[in-house]
Amino acid sequence: MPSHDVLIIGAGLAGQRAALAAAENGATVGIISKVHPVRSHSVAAAGGINAALNPEDTWESHAFDTVKGSDFLGDQDAIEIMCRAAPDEILWLEHAGVTFHRDDRGHLGTRAFGGASAARTYYVADITGQAILHVLYEQLMKHAGQLDRFEEWFATELIQDDEGTCVGAICRNLRDGRHEVFNARSTILASGGAGQAYRPTTNGLIVTGDGIAQAYRIGARLMDMEMIQYHPTTLAGNGLLITEGARGEGAWLLNAEGERFMEKYAPNKLELASRDVVSRAEQTEINEGRGFPDGTVALDITKVPRKRTLEALREIVNIGRDFAGVDITREPIHIHPGQHYIMGGVKTDVDGRTSVPGLYAAGEVACVSVHGGNRLGANSLLDTLIFGRRAGEHAAGLVRQTRMPHTPASRVSDSERRIGEIIRRPGGEGRRVSAIKAELGDTMNEYVAVFRDAEGLAKAHEIIRRLKEEEPKAAIDDRGTVFNQDVIAAIELGYMLDVAEAIVVAAQERKESRGAQFRTDFPARNDEDWLKHVDISLNGDGEPVVSYSPVTITRWEPEERTY
Amino acid sequence: MAEYTLRIRRYDPQSGEAAYWDDHVVDMRPSNSVLDAILYLKGETDGSIGIRCSCQQGICGSCGVRMNGKPGLACNTHLEEAAGRRAGLGGEAEVGPTVIEVEPMGNMPVIRDLIVDMDAVHWKKIRRVTPWLIGKQPVPEREYVVPHENMVDVTQTMACIQCGACVSDCLSMEVDPGFIGPAALAKAYRFVGDPRDDEHAERLWDLSKDPQGIYDCTHCFNCVDACPKDVAPMNQIMRLRRMAGSDFDLEDPNNGYRHEHAFVDNIKKNGLLHEADLLPDSYGGKLHPRAVPELISSLPTAITAMSRGKITPQKALLHQHKAPKEVKRIFEKVEGREERVELNLYIVGYDEADEQSGTSNPPGSGASSDTKPLPEADMTGADERGPATERQDPPGAGEDPQSTDPESES
Repeated sequence: MPSHDVLIIGAGLAGQRAALAAAENGATVGIISKVHPVRSHSVAAAGGINAALNPEDTWESHAFDTVKGSDFLGDQDAIEIMCRAAPDEILWLEHAGVTFHRDDRGHLGTRAFGGASAARTYYVADITGQAILHVLYEQLMKHAGQLDRFEEWFATELIQDDEGTCVGAICRNLRDGRHEVFNARSTILASGGAGQAYRPTTNGLIVTGDGIAQAYRIGARLMDMEMIQYHPTTLAGNGLLITEGARGEGAWLLNAEGERFMEKYAPNKLELASRDVVSRAEQTEINEGRGFPDGTVALDITKVPRKRTLEALREIVNIGRDFAGVDITREPIHIHPGQHYIMGGVKTDVDGRTSVPGLYAAGEVACVSVHGGNRLGANSLLDTLIFGRRAGEHAAGLVRQTRMPHTPASRVSDSERRIGEIIRRPGGEGRRVSAIKAELGDTMNEYVAVFRDAEGLAKAHEIIRRLKEEEPKAAIDDRGTVFNQDVIAAIELGYMLDVAEAIVVAAQERKESRGAQFRTDFPARNDEDWLKHVDISLNGDGEPVVSYSPVTITRWEPEERTY
Repeated sequence: MAEYTLRIRRYDPQSGEAAYWDDHVVDMRPSNSVLDAILYLKGETDGSIGIRCSCQQGICGSCGVRMNGKPGLACNTHLEEAAGRRAGLGGEAEVGPTVIEVEPMGNMPVIRDLIVDMDAVHWKKIRRVTPWLIGKQPVPEREYVVPHENMVDVTQTMACIQCGACVSDCLSMEVDPGFIGPAALAKAYRFVGDPRDDEHAERLWDLSKDPQGIYDCTHCFNCVDACPKDVAPMNQIMRLRRMAGSDFDLEDPNNGYRHEHAFVDNIKKNGLLHEADLLPDSYGGKLHPRAVPELISSLPTAITAMSRGKITPQKALLHQHKAPKEVKRIFEKVEGREERVELNLYIVGYDEADEQSGTSNPPGSGASSDTKPLPEADMTGADERGPATERQDPPGAGEDPQSTDPESES
């Protein structure tokens, strides 16, 4: 029965950074992940990471851009912490080995990014997330003495003691199906977002809202769940991400008439307005008949010098070639807005603490809230690292104040029995897991997307309730215990349905338009009534209930938002 | 839409049965990926097919498999492309839809279906090469100031997604499972090529003295061919050799250093390889105590070759060929350079104007004569060369793509 001072669930950037910070502060650390750490979806973050590190830039400017990007829903105390800490975090990464690209003088180079008033995005070609993730994993290998890695283990549930404190988790070794109790003084959730609740999404198949749902089920409060980011440039058809770095390097957006339509919507920042603004502009063009017949507009990367594209945007050259049959250095590529990120998540304070004692959250699973209504590009990597580190440090600091819990081994057999019941579920009674998941994804993408209204949201909620009734009978095929991916998919389906319901309920609640939430029936921002967070938690009957929490404003009063 | 038979290699360790082929017919677009087809089958007919996968865009490195004999990522290999390899397999003409055989990667134990034990092989080897930066001291207050070109250069190896495709088909590893192998050695170059790292010499010595290190590669090019991210692991191994043998002059106990130098000298003298000299010279000359046992142990091979008419005593002992002027000029030119030219075929941007010279190579793989940010040389003049793949030949890279190390002449 493994016991650690700090147990971390998820090994993307937030989890690995938390693990390193906790270990550095003297804690014993266990880090579990349902995939090998370098497969975590942080690997797909392409464009870069923001920091006001150049002497002529200021953290205040970065913070204001972030506040404005959030449509004034972000908590400014948290945003200040993040933006002040950003430069040192970049240097920490650089010293750890991240191969940031340089400028002509050999210093760290930057590129422009959306919603930013300075070029402050540090990058490694367009594989920044991969480069950072792999370097953090190098550090995990280096510090193997202080860190126990449990790769390809799946957390099936969080454990609470009689007082409701989270004291670890029950995890399944995917390789042999064995379950174990992981005792921990503190548990940090770092298991990422929930993009697979949508179809299409830029997110990988593993991004299924596990941590959000697990925390929600044991009583943690969720926040800003209605804020779903649609990225402006995802590939027609399969929804793959085309990095914002393309526009940062100078690419244009064109409608089917060849018009650079962003001139109408954001005359100053054009293609580099914040993501919600650009996605809405594109969707408006498409809805009003100025898109291409396949429901897209065009991203013209031929504006970027070819040499620069090949050197700095290589990954999307490959994506264009392999997944669209287009040479992006020679012709425009068809794109549309697509689900990319969830600004909301498990509500935490600036040290990552959730409303459940002993439970922390960091990264996309969490909502601090630094992104508010809309996240700026290249702020997510920063969020994972800063708040991952802070959660790890804080949890390590509690070691002396708490005692090591000992959960009875009988909890393991409960968990094994529940999963065994899914595995032994008779086939033919319900629909297949994949069919339910597909209906969920299509529903969310139709009704809980760039534009929303009461009618559509009600319809989505009705469908989700029906799918939740179907879910316990969903059919699976695999009866084995070695790498039974089928049973994991069935469990993940339940998580996605919980998260989807929270998203819809929050979107129904917020009767205004702010950031990524655009209600066609309430098209204006309404600071008087809605400058507050929508929180969602479960009541005793397993139903979502709404409450509110205030937005923290330190120095930037809400103002009109134009780009 | 087109029909394909997906023939998936299945293995369930709990069944007690041996591995078997499991055929499914799918009707999909030729541009759909092999993973699309497998996910379709998992969703619609058999959820028990085991394959790791996540991002579906060739970046997470989960879905390494062999498709019709060639390793790669299932997610960025089109059905059409995988099916097209069938022709090269030399099997009998098939009746019905084109077959795509999908198997687990090689050189690693299979856990289930298409899932292999990467930790037991791949990650163990990665851990072998001290896979983290040992930064120069003192650590600067701000960033290390290093040339942009160096960071772009090591981006080629940073681009490795640890999918294991190169490990799968490494011929050296098949013969010697202890070989550190292509992925881990590429990872090693990522540090040796990084000017911020403080232990270049120690790392190179470690990898050249290890009998299963950099000199255990046989230049078969399989890893270069397998890599879905153009990391070209073998090229990185050759760069490690050039750095070890020339820049640091490390005389390893595995004879890698002497063999490379003997090879270059041999060509310089003869123009064509004189094999009878190569072996003893690699061990210090015919009369050197090290060479004698090597010569004796190679006698059976020589006798067999002679009995089959592959060599004659005359050809073996009297090599009449003398290096022509052209060869000498190549040596003079290469040795006259102040710095070794390394062609990095991964990231070498080129402008529209350069393309008029005409090349059918994919973007990014071409080097122009006026852009040479630390370009990567893909050949060494020494040792036996495998067949060069087409994309290895840099278009317009000068008259001497097979240049030898200028400094390897001693």
